[in-house]
Amino acid sequence: MTIAIPVDEGGKTVYVSFGRAPYFLFHDDGTGNTRVLANPAADAPGGAGVKAAQFVADAGADSLITFRCGQNAAQVFSASNVAIYRAEGASAEENLKALEAGRLPVLATFHTGFHGAV
Amino acid sequence: MKISVVSGKGGTGKTFVAVNLAVTAQDAVYMDCDVEEPNGRLFLKPNVTRELPVHILVPHIDSVRCTGCRKCVSFCRFNALAMVKGKPILFPEICHSCGGCSLVCPVGAISERPLQVGAVQLGYVGSGKETRPSLRIVTGVLSIGKVSAVPVVKATLDAGAALSYDDAQADVASQMVSVIDCPPGSGCSVLESVAGSDFCLMVVEPTAFGFHNFRMIEQIPKQLGIPCAVVINKDGEPYAPLEAYCAEHSVPILARIPYREDLTVILSEGTLAVKADRELARLFEQLLRAIVDGGEA
Repeated sequence: MTIAIPVDEGGKTVYVSFGRAPYFLFHDDGTGNTRVLANPAADAPGGAGVKAAQFVADAGADSLITFRCGQNAAQVFSASNVAIYRAEGASAEENLKALEAGRLPVLATFHTGFHGAV
Repeated sequence: MKISVVSGKGGTGKTFVAVNLAVTAQDAVYMDCDVEEPNGRLFLKPNVTRELPVHILVPHIDSVRCTGCRKCVSFCRFNALAMVKGKPILFPEICHSCGGCSLVCPVGAISERPLQVGAVQLGYVGSGKETRPSLRIVTGVLSIGKVSAVPVVKATLDAGAALSYDDAQADVASQMVSVIDCPPGSGCSVLESVAGSDFCLMVVEPTAFGFHNFRMIEQIPKQLGIPCAVVINKDGEPYAPLEAYCAEHSVPILARIPYREDLTVILSEGTLAVKADRELARLFEQLLRAIVDGGEA
């Protein structure tokens, strides 16, 4: 199973939002391999959530751990059967452990977009 | 002559200035381009005679023909399309109606279909018994739940321009005053509203906040090469940085509308200040003359 997390530069800290995160961490819990890839949607003029979700789904993720996620991205994840969990705490590693232990809640609320607001 | 009325922030007095200016001009077209909350009609109370729907084109994807090649997804600069498990997903509210996806689709699976995003209401002020209504009102209304105001702003401006030519000789139309009540802020819909105008009137509050917003909005007519001037609303103590800036950059201050509590009462009752108050009637007459004379000089 592949788990995706939006992360900061350095790849250790969960990024505050989803679509404009600079990087995504992909962790394969079967092989234990972790890759950190640049998010092609980080600087998109619009529709960053859709593009980032497409990127994460194309990378083969089955689950996503994030603090928040927009409605458009959630629609892409729903179609690709990617489960979305709510991150707890800033450490990507701790969140992976928490997910494995079944301690992360499912993210159930999706925002309508921030449109340039920070 | 088309006069656009702008302000950096909402609540500065754009609509207040625009409706009173239009009423002062009499033989005029008032276009409400503040399509998210078109308030001019609250003061002008037009008789609405026609309502024209505003449509944009959005792609329609034939899922039987679609091969899932993703050419449309990679083409879309606005990321309005996604492809999951070989099936396309469209986000119409992100779409900018460029039609590119339908052009690049190699199997002709994408066609464009109209989607209503708002309406333009045409009306006039008067009893309807006049042979020629003097003040014509064009109100753009964005549909609830729709996010992009620009197509409705464009339709409002087009309808307003058509109106000023329909009823008048060409030479009269060029003299006829059109007042464009712009949306607040300095975004795309404001640019759209200002771009076709001959003169841009910037309504400013004499405060630090008002000055900050003025500095943002002032770039628009400057960059578009449109002559502009300031009206200070809710004037009391002069705000020195604003006065200094206007003097230094040769931005004329054409009028100062005093801050008066009785004006806020007049406003809250939906009454036109130029009808209720002689001082303001004079002020708006002088303002209109300064714009029209200055614009022609």
